[in-house]
Amino acid sequence: MSTGKDAPMPNAIARHRPASARWRRLRLLRRSPFTATMAIVLAIIALTALVVPPFIADAAEQQNLALRFVEPFSLDHGIAYLLGADALGRPMLLQLVMGARTSLMIAVSAVVLAGLIGYAIGMFSAYVGGWVDAALMRIADIIHTVPSLLLALAILYVLQPSVTNLILVLVFTRTPMYMRVARARTLEVREGVFVEAARAIGSRRSRIILHDIRPLVTPTILTVAMLEIATVILTAAGLSFLGIGLQRPDVDWGMMVADGRGYLSSAWWVTVFPGVAVVITALAANVLSNWLRAIEDPTQSHLFAKPLPAEAPAPTSSANLGSLS
Amino acid sequence: MNPTASLDQQPLLDIANLTVTFPSEHGPVRAVRGVNLRLRGGESLAILGESGSGKSVTGKAALGLIGSRVRLTGSIRFEGDEIVGADENRLRALRGRGIAMVFQDSLDSLNPVYTVGSQLEEILRVRMGRSRSDARREAIALLEQVGITSPETRLHHYPHQFSGGMRQRVCIAMAIALRPRVLIADEPTTALDVTVQAGILRLLKRLQRETGMALIFVTHDLNVARLVADRVAVMYAGRVVETGPIDEVYRRPAHPYSRALMHSHPSAATSWSELHPIPGNGPSKSVVVAGCSFHPRCPVATERCASEDPPMLAVEPGRSSACHYAEEVLRGER
Repeated sequence: MSTGKDAPMPNAIARHRPASARWRRLRLLRRSPFTATMAIVLAIIALTALVVPPFIADAAEQQNLALRFVEPFSLDHGIAYLLGADALGRPMLLQLVMGARTSLMIAVSAVVLAGLIGYAIGMFSAYVGGWVDAALMRIADIIHTVPSLLLALAILYVLQPSVTNLILVLVFTRTPMYMRVARARTLEVREGVFVEAARAIGSRRSRIILHDIRPLVTPTILTVAMLEIATVILTAAGLSFLGIGLQRPDVDWGMMVADGRGYLSSAWWVTVFPGVAVVITALAANVLSNWLRAIEDPTQSHLFAKPLPAEAPAPTSSANLGSLS
Repeated sequence: MNPTASLDQQPLLDIANLTVTFPSEHGPVRAVRGVNLRLRGGESLAILGESGSGKSVTGKAALGLIGSRVRLTGSIRFEGDEIVGADENRLRALRGRGIAMVFQDSLDSLNPVYTVGSQLEEILRVRMGRSRSDARREAIALLEQVGITSPETRLHHYPHQFSGGMRQRVCIAMAIALRPRVLIADEPTTALDVTVQAGILRLLKRLQRETGMALIFVTHDLNVARLVADRVAVMYAGRVVETGPIDEVYRRPAHPYSRALMHSHPSAATSWSELHPIPGNGPSKSVVVAGCSFHPRCPVATERCASEDPPMLAVEPGRSSACHYAEEVLRGER
């Protein structure tokens, strides 16, 4: 073991790693234009929902019966009415932005909470095994078997409908999903030879589960979480549509769809715009989830490999072909 | 085993009357049945056997890597300390430092999400308390030691960016990182191309010479075993059926199974007619054969073999065999 002890470590190598790890994702994102577009769309929606609402809260709630069902795509009544107005003459564009904030906040908090809880319980369950595992999974089964909409209906009927309660209900109904995925993935990864190898070198069990197994469970959970953003937005929209999600003055996209339902034949825009907003957000989240899964797995990052440079000058290749034939 | 062989020196690893019993739907299955093995410091022992002979299980048992639902009896002593029944903390202290292991599948035995360097450095930091920069330096030295070129760059690569042979070298580097006294290599070249096998074998041999560690080489390939091992223990159906210096066992086997194993190896034959596969199927673990477990496939079996299980007896100094007719087989009379 005398070799290499005194060898100076090149600085380039020491610096190489953190930078590449940090920028790797962004670099890869640039190479898949469709995903990049979706990421930008999602970022714009999120930024708008985050920044704009405080400035337009009053204007969005402004009822103006003279402007009820103003048609979209006209600037006659100002930019706020670009997407028309609803039954009470409220500007659709501003309502959509207010709704974006609520919808995204509900979706993100529900997904993050349910994800973290399910992830932790799922891995714990797989790690402990035995009757604890069985009990936890049966609970998950029970929550999963009851139709989530029905369960949410029941809970929200008892509790007061509010943003907080809506989030709690969504967390409750969506957690089993992550529990199962995290547990299944942990059990699968745990069988890997590298886990045995880690034990053979003397790693602690807690270290193996947190340091060796967890990184392989995380991408799966992230993928599921991104998918779930779409599902949760839709579920929240559904609950609001049914009238037990939110109450005015809170507004989200599902509620807007519900409000417009009665006027579908005369004023389509009241229903369609919030519907389109849900679809675009859900789609973007789905595409991003697919991409996240691929880049979190080092063995799959070749999918985002740099394209080969243009072919070398023709003579060599034709010469090769000639010699082959 | 010859009683005078190792009395002068306490064996480094002493496996005595080891049995390993797995639970199964058909009841208990005994994968290892009364194995005795001794390994002295710096020695190199090959455990040779077909799949299902219990050779890998024996290796894993020495590290306490057998699940909790599996029953272990007998004794495994490492430097005099009992491993069978030891608690997880003591086993953990032993693993890597006392005994380390290299597995067959080199791709699966490295964590795919960490770079090779960070996995190596982690071992050194956690187990040896090295600082970040010391661990880095030592990891580079280790990779260099196992013959990986430009280790400073390779450190930053993920396991899937290595070829099979290189990956196995990385696995070996990880196994020797804590300077173990015993290295158990469980079919380390089986999954590799023939062209790189020799390199790995030579590396193991060289490392053993450099570090003075003992080597247990688990394999089904006799020719591979001959390249690395001084002694061989031939296993069949969970038992050791013959032990001895590997060249002598190879030249003059004292057990019909060892002999059959040598005659069934493709490289021993120059034409099809010289190749003699062992008739019948390998032993079934759930069906217990009365008498000698090899007798249904044995060309020289007699009625005695079907009723009486032969004990392990010395046939020559340093050699023993579990066959009623060991001496005749040795002399080539049967």
